[in-house]
Amino acid sequence: MGTFNFYPALYSLYLSLFEWNGLSPTREFVGLANYTRLLASGEFWNSLWVTLRYAGGVTLLALALGLGVAVLLNQPMRGQALYRVLYFLPVITPTVASGVVWKYLFDPTQGVVNRGLAEVGLVGPSWLSDPSWALVAVIVVGVWKRVGFNMVVYLAALQGIPKTYYEAAQLDGAGPWQQFRYITLPLLAPTTFFLVVTALIDAFQVFDLVYVMTSGGPLGGTDVLGYYLYRQGFRYSELGFASAVAYVMFALIFVVTLMQFRLTRGGQEDG
Amino acid sequence: MARSLRVVLTHLLLAGGAFLSAMPFLWMLTTALKPESALYQPPLLFPTHFQWENFAKAWQAAPFPRFFLNSAVMTVGIVLSQTLFSAMAGYAFARMRFAGRNLLFFLVLGTMMIPFPVTLIPSFLVVNALGWIDTYNALIVPRAVSAFAIFLFRQFFLSLPRELEEAALMDGAGRLTLFFRIVLPLSTPVIAASAIFSFLFAWNDFLWPLLVTNSPDMRTVQVGLAMFQGQYGVFWTLLCAAATIVTLPAILAFLAAQRQFIAGITNTGLKE
Repeated sequence: MGTFNFYPALYSLYLSLFEWNGLSPTREFVGLANYTRLLASGEFWNSLWVTLRYAGGVTLLALALGLGVAVLLNQPMRGQALYRVLYFLPVITPTVASGVVWKYLFDPTQGVVNRGLAEVGLVGPSWLSDPSWALVAVIVVGVWKRVGFNMVVYLAALQGIPKTYYEAAQLDGAGPWQQFRYITLPLLAPTTFFLVVTALIDAFQVFDLVYVMTSGGPLGGTDVLGYYLYRQGFRYSELGFASAVAYVMFALIFVVTLMQFRLTRGGQEDG
Repeated sequence: MARSLRVVLTHLLLAGGAFLSAMPFLWMLTTALKPESALYQPPLLFPTHFQWENFAKAWQAAPFPRFFLNSAVMTVGIVLSQTLFSAMAGYAFARMRFAGRNLLFFLVLGTMMIPFPVTLIPSFLVVNALGWIDTYNALIVPRAVSAFAIFLFRQFFLSLPRELEEAALMDGAGRLTLFFRIVLPLSTPVIAASAIFSFLFAWNDFLWPLLVTNSPDMRTVQVGLAMFQGQYGVFWTLLCAAATIVTLPAILAFLAAQRQFIAGITNTGLKE
């Protein structure tokens, strides 16, 4: 475990101070040059911006939809088990297969998305080859793959809220919306933090989906950090530079984790 | 009256969402069964006659049998080693007293916070230095233990009553006998949960197998599918057939161990 976790984490940091192609016996110590080169690179800033938009989009949309489905499912009803499975299937579907199938769904002429739009008289964009729509398409798939996970965790949290809270609120004349706003949402706050943090951490590292659907294109429109790292490290053999990219990703993830600690601690002090 | 209206509305919303969620699977399956010429026809959901040979064609168009074998070897290897080693480590953390136990456990949990990209390049260099590129070792060994599984097992063992083990210890059983004869047989729920997580993780993994294999003989199904789509990019019927073949084991495994899987997620998601 040490060999494939701690040692690499430190070694990455060390490597990020060198210029090295992974093959030559000598590597050149360049200090922070990889980082300054990174900060001066338009491609890097584009990549960071794409990653932030992807992560923000997927996290927020999947959170809202997951909560919505969980609230609807959290009542005695027929077919609950079936719904649960249907919403959950995308979570366990291999990302490569999901990417392939969604690429077909987004095909400008044969895909079901644009055919559906045509049925209602709209002309859909050529999704994956249009720089301004490709990221939207990838976000849709990211959300599709995430909703079921959020739903399951929210559902478990909802089932942990004592019924008596709602009964008391009802006696005081609170309507369904007020009950949701003043009982459900605040009690779900720890679950929401957990889901936001895990979703962001996952989304910052997205790779498979982009590899299969767009290869980072068109015109860098979906060039997320994970893909950028892969390109620099394993296509251009710039292992030092790619390690610096890895550390930027680490920093992003670290900030989110720190936020989580702050927020949950703060919550506990209030409570 | 108002109540039944609400029930109908709830079902409408849920069914609409479930349809969107399942639609890609339907579309994948029906496309896999259509003749290529039917793709241009109006979007009928179900093919008029089933073209089963698409599956056979896709299966033969690339070395899918070989990809399957590789994925199977990798997945079985990872599931077995993760279950065994993580159970043993989890047991040690839950029951045995040794110097630095808490620090070690903290470090194990810490590895879950190290993002994969950070470890990627050095792990690759390690595997490369060992001469393991393009071997099953490269696919399995780096994933032989899982911090997440250790955590699952430890939580479970802490909840087992100590008395059972104490009785056996009194009778002179050693730690290992105890572990294999008494503890493990009681652990089927957590073994199932851990196994299903490692199964899906291994079967669905892409980036690592992509990096550490380079001959078609060693590609896993996910890497094979990605390469296949590069070559057969517009043959949607074949692509959908191949995607179906690759997805099926994951879905079957999930359906078989659904309850343990969901319990595993909710247990880790809700405990602070």
